[in-house]
Amino acid sequence: MSVAIRIQQVSKSFGAVQALDRVDLAIEPGEFFGLLGPNGAGKTTLISALAGLVRPDHGTLSVMGHDVQSDYRAARRQLGVVPQELVFDPFFTVRESLKIQSGYFGIRDNDAWIDEILENLGLTPKANANMRMLSGGMKRRVLVAQALVHRPPVIVLDEPTAGVDVELRQTLWAFIRRLNEAGHTIVLTTHYLEEAESLCSRIAMLQSGRVVALDTTANLLRRFSTHTLRLRCRGEMPADLALGAAQSGGWWSLPFDRYEDVEPLLARVREAGCSIDDLEIGKPDLEEVFIRVMQGEARGEGR
Amino acid sequence: MGHGFSTLLYKEVLRFWKVASQTVAAPVLTALLYLLIFSHVLEGHVKIHGVAYTSFLIPGLVMMSVLQNAFANSSSSLIQSKVTGNIVFVLLPPISYLEFFAAYVLAAVVRGVVVGAGVLLATCWFAPLGFAAPLWIIVFALMGGAILGSLGVIAGIWAEKFDQLAAFQNFLIMPLTFLSGVFYSINSLPPFWQQVSHWNPIFYMIDGFRHGFFGVSDASPWHSLAVVATCLALLTAFTLNLLKRGYKLRA
Repeated sequence: MSVAIRIQQVSKSFGAVQALDRVDLAIEPGEFFGLLGPNGAGKTTLISALAGLVRPDHGTLSVMGHDVQSDYRAARRQLGVVPQELVFDPFFTVRESLKIQSGYFGIRDNDAWIDEILENLGLTPKANANMRMLSGGMKRRVLVAQALVHRPPVIVLDEPTAGVDVELRQTLWAFIRRLNEAGHTIVLTTHYLEEAESLCSRIAMLQSGRVVALDTTANLLRRFSTHTLRLRCRGEMPADLALGAAQSGGWWSLPFDRYEDVEPLLARVREAGCSIDDLEIGKPDLEEVFIRVMQGEARGEGR
Repeated sequence: MGHGFSTLLYKEVLRFWKVASQTVAAPVLTALLYLLIFSHVLEGHVKIHGVAYTSFLIPGLVMMSVLQNAFANSSSSLIQSKVTGNIVFVLLPPISYLEFFAAYVLAAVVRGVVVGAGVLLATCWFAPLGFAAPLWIIVFALMGGAILGSLGVIAGIWAEKFDQLAAFQNFLIMPLTFLSGVFYSINSLPPFWQQVSHWNPIFYMIDGFRHGFFGVSDASPWHSLAVVATCLALLTAFTLNLLKRGYKLRA
């Protein structure tokens, strides 16, 4: 089976700004893939190139084996894009917008599927409301719905939860998860790292238009982040433990790799005469990975 | 041309129809006011090609409305979509640049013809009109609408802000339509301005259109047809090239 998305040596500059710099990525069918990076890293440009909104200076992109330039009709039928900007057409109702979008993809009589999308996104009560009358969160849902009218096997969401409330986030992720379980390939960009951590099986990090990290979420967490045992205690911390630990606000953070290591650590602390007032276990998190990767890049380690 | 094209055409027609008071009724009223004022002042004083002034004026106003509204439809739809960002809805689907062009231009023709028909209906009570050669009426209305619709596509794509579009409209489209013989026969102009008018393509659209009503005109309708058809062919080629390159639409 061919890959869902193949991006080969894609470069794009806008004037003096190098938005994308020889980006290579291959995303397998059925993956839930995260595309992370600071603002201006090139995430949206990469998605725009995939959607045919931006023409790369160099390199090729394909969706389900169809080149996005030479075979754009087939490529675009395979791809659903939820744009980052909250855009809408003020002339139409929700249902009209979805029917028109279906027509653009050559689909007639799409009402059954439109009803299903509306239901899944909690939009049914707003189906006949004019787009202008909707709240920001509701407009965002319609954008998701518009990206799905043609049942694309590959769905790209560009910061779909930026500035939306908890309820929508949960509705949205539950729906996207179901689509992923049904076999759709999902590509997600987000600034909420905990979202990416819980949803994405694999992650690419972009900085200044380059892929600076690409691995499974589990591997990234293992490589760049550790468990920490956080202690608030009275007494002297053993010198060798203190050396590898960080201290702030009366809390010691002791790194460890496996849960089996916790007991010996605690025993050492007790033996040294420390009495423990409070204790927490910190799990590896993507935020730490992200910061380390980005700092490493800033120092030029990634080159 | 697939279902994508017909949907885009439908959407563009629905867009102006939903605000018909602005896009249809208002230009009809404007044309009616021109007729009332100019015919009040000039009726009885001026005869052109043996036709009473009000009769002469009506086809000019109809065609001017066709042209201005065709331009307004494609240009304002595109600039609004660009400024609000919802242009992505038509850029993401598998719609070819040819379908894109055809849908926007045809919708512009529809708007132009609807407004033109409205103006004709509102004004035909004021003076007798012949329909000497109806085929010319139809041919020039459709081709003129397509030319201005195509110009509207160019302006809508080129302009990045509403004031740039307004400049295109106020400094190019308006002078060309007003100085095209809507309100007068160019034979009444001094020789220099007659020459200038012969370089204005819109003159031929109005003149050919008017020929369809009275069977007389400043230029031969065949000559006008040749000029208008050439303009349409050149503009179509130019606009298609812009769209194919993704000019200002696909970075």
